[in-house]
Amino acid sequence: MINILIAILSTVGALAILFASIGILRMPDFYLRLSVTVKAATLGIGLFLLCTAILFPDISVTTKAIAISFFLILTTPVAAHMIGRAAYKSGTPKWKGTVLDDLEKDYKNREDLQGIAKPETPEDSTIDPKK
Amino acid sequence: MSLALYFDYVIFPILTIAVLLVFIRLVKGPNVVDRVIALDLIITIGIGFITVYSIRTKEAIFLDVAVILALIAFLGTIAFSFYLEKTNNDD
Repeated sequence: MINILIAILSTVGALAILFASIGILRMPDFYLRLSVTVKAATLGIGLFLLCTAILFPDISVTTKAIAISFFLILTTPVAAHMIGRAAYKSGTPKWKGTVLDDLEKDYKNREDLQGIAKPETPEDSTIDPKK
Repeated sequence: MSLALYFDYVIFPILTIAVLLVFIRLVKGPNVVDRVIALDLIITIGIGFITVYSIRTKEAIFLDVAVILALIAFLGTIAFSFYLEKTNNDD
């Protein structure tokens, strides 16, 4: 019974990690790649650690698994935020389908962001210009 | 089908394919930041490898390595992003 549960959980975790790697290979933009990587990989590792906590009937292993998953959940968004901000400041090009850029208003007058090309966004996106 | 056999023939090949796909992005990534997140994802999958190996061999001592590796992945990404921001300001 425990074996079946561990098999199911680890399969879901491995598939989440596989989807994260397919996403980082196939996504068109750095920011979309970052978005895929952070969430899916953290889910996969968390499911593996849940398998470990189920398999070993030992409180030290459970504590270790909880510590690793808590640390990952705590630190991965921080690291993603910092690398995303560094990428935005260094002018990483955005995907051509990007519709919303909130940082553009904030960083418009900064000197260190002169190199970023502004995307052409219409004034009101609800109005179709063809009509 | 025992659990060790299932891990040998299903879980480990899936993780290996995942590492290979991320490695393609690490090689051909157009910017430095793409390579940084690819490296971060490779280290995260490495934590998964260690955890799965710990389950497969029923040796709980390998989880200590996973703790250290999680710490190193976080510090590496933070150091890279700090370095990228600093070098960009000097240009």
